[in-house]
Amino acid sequence: MSAAEDLRELYRELILDHARKPRHFGKLANATHEAEGINPLCGDKLHLYLRIDDDSSIADATFEGSGCAISVASASLLTDIVTGLETEVLDDLVDTITARLSGKHKDKEIDERLSKLRALEGVSEFPARVKCATLAWHALRSAIHNDKDAATTE
Amino acid sequence: MKQYRDDFPALAQEIHGNPLVYLDNAASAQQPQAVIDAVAAYHSHNHANVHRGVHTLSNRATEAYEGARDKVAGFVNAASRNEIVWTSGTTESINLVAQSFLRPRIGKGEKVLITHLEHHSNIVPWQMVCDQTGAELAVAPVNDVGEVDIDELFALMTDNVRLLAIAHVSNALGTVNPIQRIVDEAKRRDIPVLVDGAQGVPHMNIDVQALGCDFYAFSAHKMFGPTGMGVLYGREALLDAMPPWKGGGEMILEVRFDGTTYNELPYKFEAGTPNIGGAAGMGAAVDYLQSIGMDQIADYEAELHAYMVERLSNVEGMRLIGAAEKRASVQSFLLGDVHPHDLGTILDHQGIAVRTGHHCAMPLMELYGIPGTARASLALYNNTDDVDRLVAGLEKAREIFG
Repeated sequence: MSAAEDLRELYRELILDHARKPRHFGKLANATHEAEGINPLCGDKLHLYLRIDDDSSIADATFEGSGCAISVASASLLTDIVTGLETEVLDDLVDTITARLSGKHKDKEIDERLSKLRALEGVSEFPARVKCATLAWHALRSAIHNDKDAATTE
Repeated sequence: MKQYRDDFPALAQEIHGNPLVYLDNAASAQQPQAVIDAVAAYHSHNHANVHRGVHTLSNRATEAYEGARDKVAGFVNAASRNEIVWTSGTTESINLVAQSFLRPRIGKGEKVLITHLEHHSNIVPWQMVCDQTGAELAVAPVNDVGEVDIDELFALMTDNVRLLAIAHVSNALGTVNPIQRIVDEAKRRDIPVLVDGAQGVPHMNIDVQALGCDFYAFSAHKMFGPTGMGVLYGREALLDAMPPWKGGGEMILEVRFDGTTYNELPYKFEAGTPNIGGAAGMGAAVDYLQSIGMDQIADYEAELHAYMVERLSNVEGMRLIGAAEKRASVQSFLLGDVHPHDLGTILDHQGIAVRTGHHCAMPLMELYGIPGTARASLALYNNTDDVDRLVAGLEKAREIFG
């Protein structure tokens, strides 16, 4: 793939759209779980809010903060995708997604619900940017485990 | 200055199919063949430990190591070679002064004075001393264009200030501080001054005696030498009175269990086997810079910087961060609402290397209410083609983010 194609692959329309108009952006008033994600090298800083129902499924997910197009789009896609999921599947989900964004297991089929995330997979050609794409997912893991410390990419 | 470009083998390569445009010199500059050769010659033929062998290789290693010290002493016009202490870089030089000079001389109710535009390495070592001693950090403000407010700085030079630590040139904004005026004022008030010269030395002629500062810290790798090598210049009377910072071999005259006699300057501060190859490279870097002439470098870069500022200003959506009247080498900027990291990636894919992020100056970024900037920083081997490529690269970013 040429360098120009790699770039188009990274900044796909879907990514740019989520970066410009992040979905579920803002504080969640009745959040039950939350976590901060910090990328100390870049200064990306996201705060993720979750409302987890009694039946252990995610009723609502929002985020706020600032970062590059990749980290904001990834967080926006995350809030789209995790709503409705059972918390018990989330650890595996985070493992799968962070592995794929790092360029691993790309040949494996993924759940239809996650297909939007394919748009983010261009990042695997940009080693310096993988951390931007995985930041929100590290924060998700911290939030569901109620970790007090901010999730970082370091 | 075109001929100098050919001296740097790293510049003759393609990145993502495009000739490299290297504009990240404020982070680390490329090395000319002469420096690479000097380091290789040391490792290939002259490696041994310094100061302690009677054999030929040890003599050669000592010659390279001490010869480089003489060169550096001449380069910054130190009064004596004893005033040139080798360190691992500017950061270690500043930490040495923090722990060995300032810490024993400061206490509760006393202050160390810095400015808002310092690099983290000229903030954190002083905070550590404050934690250790109960002293306070005083910070002189900067204005909208990125100049230190001189009146405020002078007003903060009170009787209880034990040290002023200030950058010669800001790494994030390129601001050149009126360092002579500042040092003169501090001296008038008997306040010792450390100058962080990491961004000064590669771009202008430095004369520490004329400047009159007490300490001047800089790094080899920003002046076309190797990493892991740096210098603390200190006035001999002060260095003499300071206790050693690290203990070990090399820094002693005599060791007994009932007491040790420390070595003389500058070895008192150079415990352990030093970075001999780094010194060999530093010596070659000084030779290289002197063969061109620092005044010629400064004039060339000033012209190129002005061209870069003009070209960047004409890019739609451009916001220049830092517009001090006197700037050197560096221009920070933001483009529309494109995040600096996205800019960095898009430029890299066109072969253009810039730094993006907070530039180890987070308090400064916070002051301007921005997460970071993209920063293009020049060296003597850059030219107007590089600037034109940068501008074309930014146009491409505007296209992608439309």
